[in-house]
Amino acid sequence: MSPSIVVVLAVLTGVTGSPTVTTWPAADPQDATAHPNTVVEGTEIFGWRVSVEEEAEKEVMATGKLNPNHYPAQRAAKVVQHYLNTQYGSPFRLFGLHAVHSANAEDVADSGRKYQLEISVQEIINNTTEKCSAEVLFAGAAAQRSSQVQVSCEEHLKISTEAQEEALFQKYQMNKSLQSVQNLPDSYGHIEPDNQPLWHLGTVASSSVMLNESTENTLYNMAQVASITQLASDNQQLKFDCRVLLHEMVSQEIIHWKLLFTWSPPDGVKVLQMEKLPRCHHCKVPPNTN
Amino acid sequence: MLRWTDSKKFSCAPPPLFPLPLESSLPSVFDPLYPGMELGRASVLLACVIICSNVPCPVGGHLYNNRYAGDQIFRITPTNDEEVQVLQKILGRMKVDFWQPNSLALICQNATVDVHVKRNDTLDLHARLKQQHLDYRVFISNLQKEIEKQTGHRSSRKRRSESQYDYEVYHSLEEIQGWMSEMNRTNSHLVDMFSIGKSYEGRPLYVLQIGKRSRHRKKAVWIDCGVHAREWIGPAFCQWFVKEAINSYQHDSVMRRLLNQLNFYIMPVFNVDGYHFSWTTVNPAGNVSFSHIASLPDRFWRKTRSKNHRFHCRGVDANRNWKVKWCEEGASSHPCDDTYCGPYAESEPEVKAVAKFLRKHKKRVKSYISIHAYAQMLLYPYSYKYAAIPNFNCVESAAQNAVTALYSAYGVRYRYGPASTTLYVSSGSSIDWAYRNGIPYAFAFELRDTGFFGFLLPESLINPTCTETLRAVKAIASGLLKKCETDRDRFPYI
Repeated sequence: MSPSIVVVLAVLTGVTGSPTVTTWPAADPQDATAHPNTVVEGTEIFGWRVSVEEEAEKEVMATGKLNPNHYPAQRAAKVVQHYLNTQYGSPFRLFGLHAVHSANAEDVADSGRKYQLEISVQEIINNTTEKCSAEVLFAGAAAQRSSQVQVSCEEHLKISTEAQEEALFQKYQMNKSLQSVQNLPDSYGHIEPDNQPLWHLGTVASSSVMLNESTENTLYNMAQVASITQLASDNQQLKFDCRVLLHEMVSQEIIHWKLLFTWSPPDGVKVLQMEKLPRCHHCKVPPNTN
Repeated sequence: MLRWTDSKKFSCAPPPLFPLPLESSLPSVFDPLYPGMELGRASVLLACVIICSNVPCPVGGHLYNNRYAGDQIFRITPTNDEEVQVLQKILGRMKVDFWQPNSLALICQNATVDVHVKRNDTLDLHARLKQQHLDYRVFISNLQKEIEKQTGHRSSRKRRSESQYDYEVYHSLEEIQGWMSEMNRTNSHLVDMFSIGKSYEGRPLYVLQIGKRSRHRKKAVWIDCGVHAREWIGPAFCQWFVKEAINSYQHDSVMRRLLNQLNFYIMPVFNVDGYHFSWTTVNPAGNVSFSHIASLPDRFWRKTRSKNHRFHCRGVDANRNWKVKWCEEGASSHPCDDTYCGPYAESEPEVKAVAKFLRKHKKRVKSYISIHAYAQMLLYPYSYKYAAIPNFNCVESAAQNAVTALYSAYGVRYRYGPASTTLYVSSGSSIDWAYRNGIPYAFAFELRDTGFFGFLLPESLINPTCTETLRAVKAIASGLLKKCETDRDRFPYI
C-alpha cells in the first residue's frame, strides 16, 4: 500500500565556516512507525535543516518509464541475457549484458509484469557488441510459469562459429577417453585453454536453468561449473552431465544444480534434465557408523 | 557434499590424499591386485604423502614417470543396501585402489566411496555404474595433472613470493599477515600496524595506518576489504593500495599530498575467519590445503564463522550486522541463510571491533570505503530505504568523479548511486552505519566483473582491476581536501 505523497519544500540554512561535522541525532525522529519506504527527515546535518516527506517505493517498482540504472530494469535485462544464451549459446558463442539504455514496465493480466527494454549485448568470446530490443514477461506468482522473452537485435547476432564448433564436435567424438573436468574456473579464476569450451557449454546449459528460475526479485549468474562429464552417446549428439553452482545476487545464495544436456553444432545445447541439489555445508552426517 | 572429516565416522583410516610412493621406494599402488589395501599399507602411503608434500618435487617433466596419466578418481555414494551390494560386485571385479573406505568390505550406505581407477578401466566403470543406475561423479579426471598442478602450482607460487611479494596473485591469510608485518617493518615512516581486536576464532584483526606521521590530528579515510570471504579481489585491492601508496609517495605529487594530509586506515581482511575458511579444507590427517580440488562451497563462503547454538549453520553476514535499522528488509533472520543478520546487532566481534574504532575516531574519519565484489558499482547510502541522503549533491558528485577516474584507466563502466535503488534494499549495512555515525562520504565498491567470472576473477585481472579502482579511491580522497560547495537555492536531493 502506498501512502499519499506530500512534498515539502526543503529549507536550507547556510553552511558556514570550515566543513566540520556537527554531531548527529541518535535516531531518525519520526519514521519509526511509518511505512519503511516513507521518509520523514527532521535531522540536522552539516548545518542543513532538511524536512522532506516522500513516497519512495513507487519510484523504484514503477510502472511506466524506468531508470535504466536501477535494479528492476537491470534484472529484467539479465533475463534477456539468459534467453540469448539458451537459444544461441555454444562453446564459441556467449552473451553478456553490456548496458541498459531504456526500460518501461507495466502490469499485465494475472499479476504479471511486462518489461520493454532497449539494451546492448556483448558477445563475449569475439568481443562484439550490438543493440537489441527486448520484451520480458514475468509471470505472476500464481501462474507458475517461467519468464517469457522476445528479442530482436540489429545484426541478428550473426557470428560465424560453425567451423570451430564442427572441429570441437569431431574432437570430442573421436577422443578415446571421455572428457571429465572439475572446477571451471578454479579458485584462482584459472581455466586450462583446453577446458574453455566445456566451461562455455556449462554456462549455456546453466542459462536454461537461470532463465527458468528468474523473477523480478532475482539476479542469476553462474558461479562455477563444479564438474562436467562427457557421457557415451550416439553420433548425432554429444551428451554431458554437469553440476553447476549458480549465484543468486539478491539472496546471495549459491545454488547447486545437476544438468543432463546434449550438444551438436546444428542443434545447439538442449537440456534434457535439470535437478536442484540441496546445499550441503550444513547437512547432517547420516547416523550410520561402521 | 560429504567431506574427508566424515570418514572418521566409518572407522576408516584417514584416506590417502595422493597415495603416491616416492619413486625409489615403494611398489606401485596396484600391487596387490585385489581388492584394495590393508590398513597398514594405507598408513605408510599416507606418511609418504605427507613427506612428499613437504619435499620439493621436480618441476617440469613428469612426476612419477607419468604413471598416473589419465587415471581418474570416481566418487560414488550408494544410498541403500541394494546399491552397496551392487557397487561391491562391480568394484570387486575390477582393479581399483580405494581412497575411502579402505576396502570393499567397508562400503556402507550413504558413505562416500572414492576409488582410484586406471586409465584403461575408466570407460568400463562409467558403463557399469550407468547400467546399474548408481549415482556417481568423476572427482578427479586426470590424477597425473592434478598432482602436477598441486606441486607445481604451489612451488611456483612459493618461488615468486620468496624474491618479491607478488601483488598479482591471491594470497592466503597467513601470507597477508606476513606481508603486513613486512610493510610495517620496512616503511615505518609511513606505515603503522596495529590490532583492533580478535575474530570469533581468535585471530587478530590487523589494521595498517598509512600516512606521513604528523603531530596534527589529520583527517582520515577508512578502507576495509574482505567483509565477505569469497570476494578475494577485495583483499587483493587493499594490498595493492598500500603498495602503491608507499611506492609512489616520492614521485607522485597527488599521492604525496594525500599521505601528507590524510591518514588511511586499511583493513586488508575484515572477515579473517571466513577468508581463511574459503582457502582451506581440513582433513583429519593434517592441515593440507587443496582448495582447488576440494569441497566447492567453501570457496564461496560469505559470512563469518561464528557458531549458532540453535542450528548447525555457522556464520553471520558481516554486512547485515551493523547497528542501523538492524535486521529489517533485505536481511534474513535464519542462521543458515547467506544474509543472516545475526542474533543481535554487532554480535560479530569483527563488526564490533571496527564499529568501536570508528566511533572512537569519528571526528577525524571523513570517508568510509568498503571493498566488495562483484557488480562493477559504486554505492552510497541508503541501503535500507529508498530516500536520498541530505548531502546527496556532494556525495553524488564525488561518486561521479570516482567513476570517471576509474573509467579513464581501461574504459570499464561502473554504475553508481544509492545502494537501495542500484543494487537492492538491505539493512544493517556498514555504509548506512558509517553515515549514521557521522562519516559524510560512505561508499561501498563492488569491483569487477558483472558475472562472467563473478567471485572467481582470474589473477590476470587483479592488476587492471586494482589499477582502475585506485584511481577512483584517490579521486574520493582528493575530494575530501576540497570544500564541497552547495548551491543554496537548490533542493538537497532530487
